[in-house]
Amino acid sequence: MTFSRRTFLQTSAALTATLSAPTILRAQDDMIRIGGLHDLSGAIDSSGIPMNQAMQYAVAQINEAGGLLGRQVEAVTYDPQSNMSLYSQYATQLALRDKVTAVFGGITSASRETIRPIFHRYQTPYFYSCLYEGGVCDRNEITLGTTPAQTVAQLIPYAMNLWGKKVYTVAADYNYGHITAAWIKRYVEENGGELIETEFFPLDTTQFGSTISKIQAAKPDMVMSVLVGTAHLGFYRQWVASGMKGEIPIASTSFGGNGTENVMLTPEEGNGILTAFGYYETVENEKNAEFREGIKAFYPDNPPVLGETSEVTYEAVMIWADAVKEAGSTDRDAILEVIETGKSYLLPAGNVAIDPLTHHAVRDVYIAELRDQKMDIQQKFEAVQPTDTQMVCNLQETPDANVHHEISL
Amino acid sequence: MDYTIIVFLEILRAISWLVILAAGLAIIFGMMKVINFAHGEFLMLGGYITIMSHNAGVPLWISMGVLAPLVVGVFGIIVERLVIRHLYGRIIDSLLATWGLSLLMIGGVTMVFGNTVQGVSTPLGSLSIGAYQVPGYNLLLIGIAVAMMMAIWLVLRFTSAGLIARATMQNPDMAETLGVRTSWVYMATFGLGSAVTGLAGGLLAPLTGVAPSMGVNFVAQSFITVITGGASMIAGTLSAGTLLGTISQGVTFATGPVYGDAALLLAALILLRLLPQGITGRIFRKSL
Repeated sequence: MTFSRRTFLQTSAALTATLSAPTILRAQDDMIRIGGLHDLSGAIDSSGIPMNQAMQYAVAQINEAGGLLGRQVEAVTYDPQSNMSLYSQYATQLALRDKVTAVFGGITSASRETIRPIFHRYQTPYFYSCLYEGGVCDRNEITLGTTPAQTVAQLIPYAMNLWGKKVYTVAADYNYGHITAAWIKRYVEENGGELIETEFFPLDTTQFGSTISKIQAAKPDMVMSVLVGTAHLGFYRQWVASGMKGEIPIASTSFGGNGTENVMLTPEEGNGILTAFGYYETVENEKNAEFREGIKAFYPDNPPVLGETSEVTYEAVMIWADAVKEAGSTDRDAILEVIETGKSYLLPAGNVAIDPLTHHAVRDVYIAELRDQKMDIQQKFEAVQPTDTQMVCNLQETPDANVHHEISL
Repeated sequence: MDYTIIVFLEILRAISWLVILAAGLAIIFGMMKVINFAHGEFLMLGGYITIMSHNAGVPLWISMGVLAPLVVGVFGIIVERLVIRHLYGRIIDSLLATWGLSLLMIGGVTMVFGNTVQGVSTPLGSLSIGAYQVPGYNLLLIGIAVAMMMAIWLVLRFTSAGLIARATMQNPDMAETLGVRTSWVYMATFGLGSAVTGLAGGLLAPLTGVAPSMGVNFVAQSFITVITGGASMIAGTLSAGTLLGTISQGVTFATGPVYGDAALLLAALILLRLLPQGITGRIFRKSL
């Protein structure tokens, strides 16, 4: 028998693998693994990178405090690059190969709807931390970001009271924009106002001249914006260039959600824009001061911009860790049972509880005005319910539900 | 009446915008037959240079009108020397190489500058027309589009550099025989195209958000304009810009931006079915 170089290499590789396998397995046994799926490159990496940073920070904090159940926590993260086929591939890998105990991630509704059914099938608890249009009904998903019933419902009466009753809506042309625009119409009318017009813009629209002229012709008391992304930032800039700043005020439930848009506009352009979210970097409480300082010290070179999406990702990991501790296990059903008790958590954003019927967060919502690139908080609403999703979802009656309802109005 | 003027100005603005956006690509793709898939990222680079240098204290007009075209032009020359010159006449290869370049540029800019940039406000204030107000900057864009086309026309038509460039693009072998160093002409042309794109990026900075991934929003519009225009650079860009700008803005005013975009694509589609060589393949054939 002759031994070629290649077979020799193959054999020795196989031998090494067999010999080292037990150490790898032992390492796996020691670690509690969680999965992270955030877009770290591609069109929305400006949201994904801070979310991932917040998740890593949460894991580091848990480990520093001694880990969970006497074990350290390890995050297995992938970059799905805003690509839906990569999302489903990595989701399957996390559930089947890496066998993680929970997954945090997904940013757009499209990415969430790609991976949610996969985690539902493999019964891997899934935490979604982005503001969205509402309507997910799935016991396996814990949804912590705000829905329109939490933000639009507070912002509309507040702004109409301030400025007047005639509203003009500009919105991004995809499901988040369309559904939120429908909620705007509903809340404007419920509060005795009039919706003059709703216009939708593809995400790559950069020129808003014609719309601005139409708004000038329509003379509304205020503009509601559900525009999304850097291209749409042009609207605010061209609005100021047209001399409309100070003529008609703007309110938005999407502007500055990830904390970056407010610094991309100059103070002269951005001052006065009114927004509503579940978290702002400027929220004043002890927990948030700790969180702000801590995460900046953890990333001295590239501190993340803090907005609802990043803080809520931190929340998600903390709520999961609390459930593991209390359940004394990483088992899915044990964790979900703890979360479903409706206990309240004190977090940087304020008090958060999980509504057992929808697995959505009942949380404090803030209204803030942009002032010199900082969100200046005007009012706080406590324990706001996700009433939109509650209209369509009852997980106690249908614990096996696995749908995203388009809530029709 | 006021509204008519506003609509008219907005259409002019849309045409100028397409012309400014596509001019650099028209030089690189229209003249040199190199598909520069990184066109959007060249724009992005121009935008970044404008914002960065302006934040560092350089007056806006200088960062926009001098630094952005200069730096992107030099960058273009480096790219041409390192990558593009090996790929002349290989359209698909140049497409793949520049696509890779665009990904590299997005990654590189993200690494260097991060994902957030502070912007610049739109200069020039606003202008009242009856009950309406339009940005003064829009009028500037219209002026710049006209000046840009004039300048390119003057250079190509009346200078020996223009003559040599045209000769090289039409028949490189013949030009080489006559003593022209064609490889330098290619380099200079690519550099010029990049500089014009850099200027467009600088002009873009005060209009919209500047971010590493912004290029993708502009690359399609630029290519559609250049391809619809056909082989002649100036006549093609102008005629295609006018046609597509009028149709898309007209429809946007009448309905909304979703239909405006769709109308632009539909118009380009029909036009290319009727005139496969672009507008200047049939009409204005002998023009520049």
